[in-house]
Amino acid sequence: MKKILQLIALCLFVATVGFWAAKGAHTGWSQNRVPMTKTDEITDIAYTVYEDRYVPGIDLLAGGVGLSGALFAISLFLRPRNKN
Amino acid sequence: MKKLVITSVITLALATSLSAAPVSFDFKDPKGVNALQFSLDSVLEPIAGTAGGVTGTVSFDPANPAATSGKIVVATKSLVVPNATMTEHMLGNNWLDAAANPEITFQLSKLEGVSTAGNVTSATASGKFTLKGVTKDIKVPVKLTHLADAFGKRINKPEVKGDLLVLRGEFMIQRADFGIQAGKNEDKVNPEIKISIAIVGSAPKA
Repeated sequence: MKKILQLIALCLFVATVGFWAAKGAHTGWSQNRVPMTKTDEITDIAYTVYEDRYVPGIDLLAGGVGLSGALFAISLFLRPRNKN
Repeated sequence: MKKLVITSVITLALATSLSAAPVSFDFKDPKGVNALQFSLDSVLEPIAGTAGGVTGTVSFDPANPAATSGKIVVATKSLVVPNATMTEHMLGNNWLDAAANPEITFQLSKLEGVSTAGNVTSATASGKFTLKGVTKDIKVPVKLTHLADAFGKRINKPEVKGDLLVLRGEFMIQRADFGIQAGKNEDKVNPEIKISIAIVGSAPKA
């Protein structure tokens, strides 16, 4: 049980950091829509359009890393399986 | 001969008065470009968003810009930030209460310190700004750019005549002044909000 919990914690840690890094390593809050600036040619007005896609932020990273840390900490209180 | 001169003078006067008449510009943009932008400092990163539901009319006379009048309306529910949960909180009861306060408005009272260079008029717009049901008198430095005969070109129909009026401005408000979480969460969300506008009004000619 101890090893399984530590393995789950490790997988969660790697998956969270990997997902966050692969999606751009955004250091702000998670975004459900990504703002992009365009310019209207005639008026020269810079305006924002949104692309609907998810970008994980620090909140998701902190949640995943925190949860994996908690699982690992719990695993330390478990006794290893008795082989006898 | 005398009759002809009088008729000519009246025609000329009428033509002059017609050409100098103020034009009403509609700020419901057919291309959907118009938006109010807002930002405020917060924990981790500034909260920045837009409000695309801009409507209203401004009456503008290039020959007499000081006489400009009008009202700009922004639909509260059109405010968005990139994070969906934050958008939900922002429009909810504790912050803007969009359901009870569907509009954010600026009613222009007068333009002060008007100066014009080419087609650009700079001035300070005095008026009544209403947010979350609270109305305050504010002054906003603005620039009005009159683009004569540019309406058709902008909608890819050059045969359609008409003018455009670009309105730009930026100002700060204190959220407490408008009853938005007054004195609360100031360590997480700055009490000062920066609002920028860059919007265009159209006046097609029939």
